[in-house]
Amino acid sequence: MKRSYLGEFEEIVLLTVAVLEGQAYGVAITHEIIEQTGRPVRLNQIHAALHRLEEKGMVSSEMGEPTAERGGRRKRLFQVTAYGRRTLVEIQEVRTSFWGRLGGLIHPATSL
Amino acid sequence: MKPQPPRFADRLLRWFCAPHLLEEIQGDLHEEFAYQLGRVGLSAARRRYWRDVLGFVRPFSLRRPSKEETTTLMNPIMIRNYIKIAIRNLTKNRAYSVINIAGLAAGMGVALLIGLWVWDEISYSTNHEHYDRIAQVRQNQTFNGSVQTWTSMPYPMGQVLRSSYGSDFRRVVMSSWNEDHILSVNDRRLNKRGQFMESEAPEMLSLKMLRGSRDGLKDPRSILLSESTARSLFGDADPMGKLIRMDSRFALKVTGVYEDLPDNSAFSDVTYLAPWDLVFVFNDWLKKMEDPWGMNGFQVFVELADHVGLEQASARIRLAKRQHVEKDDLRFNPELFLHPMSRWYLYSEFENGVNTGGRIEFVWLFGIIGVFVLLLACINFMNLSTARSEKRGREVGIRKAVGSVRGQLIGQFFSESLLVVFIAFLLALLLVQLSLPAFNEVADKKMSIPWTSPWFWLLGLGFGLLTSLIAGSYPALYLSSFQPVKVLKGTFRVGRFASLPRKALVVVQFTVSVTLIIGTIIVYRQIQYAKNRPVGYDRDGLVMVRMTTKELHKHFDVVREELKKTGAVTEMAESEGPPTSVWSTNGSFSWKGKDPGLAVDFPNTGVSHDYGKTVGWEFKLGRDFSREFATDTAAFVVNEAAVKFMGLKKPVGEIIDWDGHPFRIIGVIRDMVVESPYEPVRPSLYCLAKPHDNFAIMRINPTVGTREALAKIGTVFKRYSPEAPFDYQFVDQEYGNKFGYEERIGRLTTFFAVLAIFISCLGLFGLASFVAEQRTREIGVRKVLGASLLNVWSLLSRDFVLLVAIAFVIAMPTAWYFLGTWLQKYTYRTEISWWIFAAAGFGAMALTLLTVSFQAIRAGMMNPVKSLRSE
Repeated sequence: MKRSYLGEFEEIVLLTVAVLEGQAYGVAITHEIIEQTGRPVRLNQIHAALHRLEEKGMVSSEMGEPTAERGGRRKRLFQVTAYGRRTLVEIQEVRTSFWGRLGGLIHPATSL
Repeated sequence: MKPQPPRFADRLLRWFCAPHLLEEIQGDLHEEFAYQLGRVGLSAARRRYWRDVLGFVRPFSLRRPSKEETTTLMNPIMIRNYIKIAIRNLTKNRAYSVINIAGLAAGMGVALLIGLWVWDEISYSTNHEHYDRIAQVRQNQTFNGSVQTWTSMPYPMGQVLRSSYGSDFRRVVMSSWNEDHILSVNDRRLNKRGQFMESEAPEMLSLKMLRGSRDGLKDPRSILLSESTARSLFGDADPMGKLIRMDSRFALKVTGVYEDLPDNSAFSDVTYLAPWDLVFVFNDWLKKMEDPWGMNGFQVFVELADHVGLEQASARIRLAKRQHVEKDDLRFNPELFLHPMSRWYLYSEFENGVNTGGRIEFVWLFGIIGVFVLLLACINFMNLSTARSEKRGREVGIRKAVGSVRGQLIGQFFSESLLVVFIAFLLALLLVQLSLPAFNEVADKKMSIPWTSPWFWLLGLGFGLLTSLIAGSYPALYLSSFQPVKVLKGTFRVGRFASLPRKALVVVQFTVSVTLIIGTIIVYRQIQYAKNRPVGYDRDGLVMVRMTTKELHKHFDVVREELKKTGAVTEMAESEGPPTSVWSTNGSFSWKGKDPGLAVDFPNTGVSHDYGKTVGWEFKLGRDFSREFATDTAAFVVNEAAVKFMGLKKPVGEIIDWDGHPFRIIGVIRDMVVESPYEPVRPSLYCLAKPHDNFAIMRINPTVGTREALAKIGTVFKRYSPEAPFDYQFVDQEYGNKFGYEERIGRLTTFFAVLAIFISCLGLFGLASFVAEQRTREIGVRKVLGASLLNVWSLLSRDFVLLVAIAFVIAMPTAWYFLGTWLQKYTYRTEISWWIFAAAGFGAMALTLLTVSFQAIRAGMMNPVKSLRSE
């Protein structure tokens, strides 16, 4: 099956969009990722990743409501598409199956 | 008020960010700023803001969405439409199309011709496999403080180079000059030029052997023939192993036949090669010479060894001759150097020991002229297209209104110019094909269009593409920028300065043309000036015959008596060299009051008693040689230049010492122009004492027809010298050949000047007709109000006359500078007088008026009722 593959960063962004459930836009995603992973991500990276994901058809977007702190500008809200969801599930399954076959050979303590 | 993000950063973002993404990106950035403001404070937030904005300089945010995602620029349907419209436009405005295409075709044709010529020039000798490894040994010698560069070498040079510098050279080949010899097979006799070369020559020159091998010259009595020589001697028979008699002295066996060398090769007129050792058989005195290093008479060619650079080898052999010459010759300080084959032809001139170029100047000159002529044609194209822009403007408006984007319009205009250029290119090829024979004649070449060469087509196409880009760029970029609303509403008016570039281009055209006119006039004046120079003898009816066998010389007195009796010649004599070049010079002269340090080298020619009478010497002082004075065998007739050089007050009777023998000056003649007609005549001496058996010189009796006289001379010559073919040359023709080079340049510049003017006038004609058409209504109104034909004419002509006048002002100093530099080369040169400029300016002006007047008068004659009713 022909399928677009996801980079690790794209996968994180996609997951974050899914977690934020309809309230996903640039700033919110950035803050969420910083909080959850501690990675020093920047706004422009998130925008670029969202742009790529949208091109791949993993997310869809629409313009939301303007707010005051945005100077009256609207935000673009993102949602995971069915295709994006399926991709995430597949990634999860592949990993699970590999982890299953690994049979505990790697322990977090010794993995480094 | 709440702190705001840095304004400049915001502006920057607005500038680079794609508009459709701006809102969300800016919104996010502002929200982030507000968040950071609360977290880290104002200045840190501002810094972060800057960093974030710069972070957005990325392809996704820079890229604008393409507006016409459905219509690609190169849609085949649209291209078909462009071509259709282009063809309709061409056929609708026939006059414009003809002017455009004819002008472009002429320009491209010239550029093609010049391209072929330049290619031919720079590929000279490249047929030799070892082209970049072959060099000729030359020497710089100092005479009276100035350095002369000679090609001639003493004959032991080759041996020395081989033995002492062997590691630098793969091959060293001694060679004679290209000499005439009679080759005979049975009763077939031909006078052919060839060289005596050492046996490695065929290998070095990578001759393509059709028969035999490159080892052919190893046999001391052998000869290699070029294909055409073999054919003219043996017809279709196999020449291998056959015997050829050379100068009826000895027999040589044909050991090989090589393919004729191409015309643009340094050795193209070498029609046979014979072994080098024969030089010593012909000139048995060579081996007896006490000091073989004192006589420079041969050429030395070398092929560099692998990994040896030309510069290094050249530096190493510098003193190779100096080490061997006698003490007395050390003052000339002979220094050797290598002149590479790649520079023999184009960089052949040396001045004071420094290579100063040569033909390469003409490669540049004509290359530049070619580019200019092509540029003139492109300018026509641009001018006519922009001039007609107002008409096409409406089409542009409609196309834009219907949905064309600018890119499409640019594409349209480019495809239109491509079409015109394509047609013009085909025409140019036709023109070149037709004019090539004539051009070859003028340029003294044998060129042809390399139809089968992919390089030619690639270059031709590239060149066509380039032309259409240059020619089409202005209309494409200019016309496509029109605003549809203005054009369609009719309020579109080209501004006052819209025609400025057009005018500038016309000025460029006429500057080039006028410069070329002035150049042509001056080149011809220079040739005429040198032709009118008094030559010091009478060339008319003077015929010379090279005496290749010595039979004639032995019976010369009988031959002379017999010929004079037939009435074919009025006088005849013998001489060592022809009257049109110097064959022999000597140095060891001294005279009363000579500075002992002065080194001289005078042309010194052996003649027979009647030489002066035959050529028509003009005596200033003294008398000619006479049979009545036995002492005349130790006498000189000298020219005025010699008297002046030696500073003799009373030259007649003075003694000149020549190698210890006293010679008395018996007569002084007016300078005889023997060498270049552009240079001063060298101090020259004539004597009876030297051998004079090389040339028979005859003055044909003017009362007898030339052909009849020649027939009579031929029969008498044949009787006494049956071996030698009767080959004669007219002295005036030989003398005329001295102008060949300048005349060729003259003819070529004339050709280019005429073309440049033709193309410029075509353009002017088109522009004038456009202006007349544009001002139809104005002229109508003027006529109604009482303007005369003359008024209208001057109204329309004034602008153009002004442009040509400006061009003239620019062209004058340009031409003066370049031609002044050119004339500097000649010692005898014409002056650049003011009337040349006046004539060129007047001519250009007259042509302009003629061209413009046709349109102006037609416009002036038009019935105003018709022109005013049309709206």
